[in-house]
Amino acid sequence: MNFIQLPKMNLRIIKAGVLDTVQDMGRYGYQQLGINPGGVMDRWAAQTANILVGNKKDAAVIELHFPASEIFFEKPVLISVCGADFSPHVNAEEIPCWQPVLVNRYSILQFYGMKEGARAYLAIHGGIDVGKWLNSFSTNLKAVAGGYKGRCFQKEDEIPVQDLSVELLSVLNKTEFIILPWKAGKIIDDETEILIMEGNEWNRLDNNSKRNFLQQQFTIRPNSDRMGYRLQAETLYATANEEIVSSAVSFGTVQFLPDGQLIVLMADHQTTGGYPRVAHVISAHHSKLAQMKAGEKFIFRLTDQKTAEELLIKQQQHLLQLQNACTFRLQDYINANRH
Amino acid sequence: MQPSNIPYRIFPLGDSAVTIDFGNVIDEMTNKEVVARLNQLQSEPFFGMTEVVPAYSSLTVYYDVVAIDKKITNSDSAFDWIKKQLLEKLNQLTEYAASEEKLIKIPVCYDDEFSPDLKYISSVNKISVEEIIKIHKAKRYKVFMLGFLPGFPYLGEVDERIAISRKTQPQNVAAGSVGIAGKQTGIYPLASPGGWQIIGRTPEKLFDTAKENPVLLKAGDTVEFYSITKDEFKNY
Repeated sequence: MNFIQLPKMNLRIIKAGVLDTVQDMGRYGYQQLGINPGGVMDRWAAQTANILVGNKKDAAVIELHFPASEIFFEKPVLISVCGADFSPHVNAEEIPCWQPVLVNRYSILQFYGMKEGARAYLAIHGGIDVGKWLNSFSTNLKAVAGGYKGRCFQKEDEIPVQDLSVELLSVLNKTEFIILPWKAGKIIDDETEILIMEGNEWNRLDNNSKRNFLQQQFTIRPNSDRMGYRLQAETLYATANEEIVSSAVSFGTVQFLPDGQLIVLMADHQTTGGYPRVAHVISAHHSKLAQMKAGEKFIFRLTDQKTAEELLIKQQQHLLQLQNACTFRLQDYINANRH
Repeated sequence: MQPSNIPYRIFPLGDSAVTIDFGNVIDEMTNKEVVARLNQLQSEPFFGMTEVVPAYSSLTVYYDVVAIDKKITNSDSAFDWIKKQLLEKLNQLTEYAASEEKLIKIPVCYDDEFSPDLKYISSVNKISVEEIIKIHKAKRYKVFMLGFLPGFPYLGEVDERIAISRKTQPQNVAAGSVGIAGKQTGIYPLASPGGWQIIGRTPEKLFDTAKENPVLLKAGDTVEFYSITKDEFKNY
């Protein structure tokens, strides 16, 4: 057997996107130091992307916003793009989202347009070879740490990735790219309904505002980002204005601002806050919210703790089943297509 | 310490975290209880706990719903299960009371160049700039909690005479800036927009990503400020 020693090669950013970073499932254990967990906005999509290429669910991925980076592969890779559909193209040919694709060296991945969703996740078989900071690959932009140099991608960045296995190399051979014949699905349910649990300060809202909270449509404002989604709707009113001393908040916490509007805290939220926490978006609906863009509308619907837990557990079970199936399909495919 | 000598309330913070609330107050005794309970939970973590976050008068425990669900044999929710664990811990006497009182001395340069808001406090509180500086460094402060930015300590409480309300609009604040908001004083480890009234700057790094322990202070520590000149600041 011949071993060909490839020089250390990477993903090269040939055109920088607006906000593309390395993320994983978050940095936990450091919130007591004021260091927020960060991590991907859409865990469902990121974990699915990893599973499709045979990675561990929580491996590092690249989170892309539109316009997204153009990426040159200096070596062959197995990739998948999940989450938002930015119309991904390899060497000017469209590739599907939610499906693994083997891509040969010297190929270019481009994103042609924003069809659906707000964030796409690019997973690469073997993961992304940036070091961990405080046990996580996630980029903390404020601290300028973690991920790739603690910042978003710039032109000419070289993102180190693992080598493709010899088996997959042999499948790919000289083909430009191969779309592998299995796929995952996105979460299908009522897309405009976001389930919430009551927050500790739910009763800060007067009765009319509570009703409004659960009936009116909320629009995501343009100044929404990875830290939080600012919502626009009819002004809500408080029953009391007693100050709250700062205390911990979480991904999904809905804060009631002094101007009567709401903000939903997202992945890059601060660790603590002093605004009334009127509600919490349930974990199983974080992904759905993470794929909504400025201008989109949704309604909140109230649920209870038990349901919130059940939905989260169901999602995880679904991912485990997917992982088992994909592991099997990948091995099966390699065996059948060995050159 | 007596178990539950400060009344508390337990409530969910969404579906994956729970807060133990010892009262909506900024108070040293209450905060001592928070830090003692933090130390207790960290020394004897229970299954499924992912992290604990102390604040002024509350402690929040984050947990893994999926892992806990696998362990539950009855019809309890993960929240019910975690609440039982917490109540058990809170009912235990704990010798994690006051963790050893670590005193950290922090140099501050109160020079005009670094203290844009000293004059404002001076005029509002009718007190000289020299007095403000003297009062600020005369007292030892408790680190009640960290939050807002990596390594940002909420210290308290400052003397009434130098207490001042925060700015109505956030302004850009330089890294190392020492500020006052209400009866709290704090230090910006990173440059950031912020609303605290800035009275000086420290050359000390409160947050350093190159270090294994990137944050200088932790809840429960004690801080004392001492003044340095501009030259000392530059050569620190």
